[in-house]
Amino acid sequence: MFVRLQSDPFDPGAETNAFLHQYAESGALVSFTGTVRSTPDKPVDTLTLEHYPALAQKQITRFAEQAISRFDLTDIGVIHRFGALKRGEVIVMVLAVAPHRQAAFDGANYVMDWLKTDAPFWKQETGPDGTKWVAAKAGDDAARGKWED
Amino acid sequence: MKVLYFAWLRERLNRSADEFDVPDTVITVGDLLAWIGQNDEAAALAFEDPRLIRAACDEELVDHSTPIAGVKTIALFPPMTGG
Repeated sequence: MFVRLQSDPFDPGAETNAFLHQYAESGALVSFTGTVRSTPDKPVDTLTLEHYPALAQKQITRFAEQAISRFDLTDIGVIHRFGALKRGEVIVMVLAVAPHRQAAFDGANYVMDWLKTDAPFWKQETGPDGTKWVAAKAGDDAARGKWED
Repeated sequence: MKVLYFAWLRERLNRSADEFDVPDTVITVGDLLAWIGQNDEAAALAFEDPRLIRAACDEELVDHSTPIAGVKTIALFPPMTGG
């Protein structure tokens, strides 16, 4: 398992291939990549992510360990960036490896749902109308809620 | 006790940390918010809606009713927006 928090860009394809190579015989790999969204009606030039490093590392490691044990994953990897990112840049990646596809999908989904609401990152968007903090979404709490026992 | 502030809380308080000698009458995280706000108008305004203030005691997420005795570092921040 790995959890990497970094400001530097990374290559999601290379990360996926490295994990695939390592776990070629495992059966299933699901990768999720999140990027800085910019649309014509909501243009974003820069997304700046502030974080609380020690707690972020601890929380994401916890979610990854929980996913491994809950879905019997072979392994999981998470990379999350911080700092100033341009539109279209990669923010986050989750790689989940399992013997079968459903566990791999569920494991990646679980980690993403938890880190949306319980990993200490805060997003600030800069666009043509200035800079503003992104508010937490109730939908993210609801998505996380589906995994609670 | 060290208190850390993040995101818009840090901006509104115009600092990222405080070092406090907290009196024994301050029992919980919620008490601490009220106590900081007593002597600091910007903090009182920033803490006005407690639903928007999350907390972590020594790197564990906690709620406002959690006791703070023995805690070394408390982080205060808005709802998280990771991913």
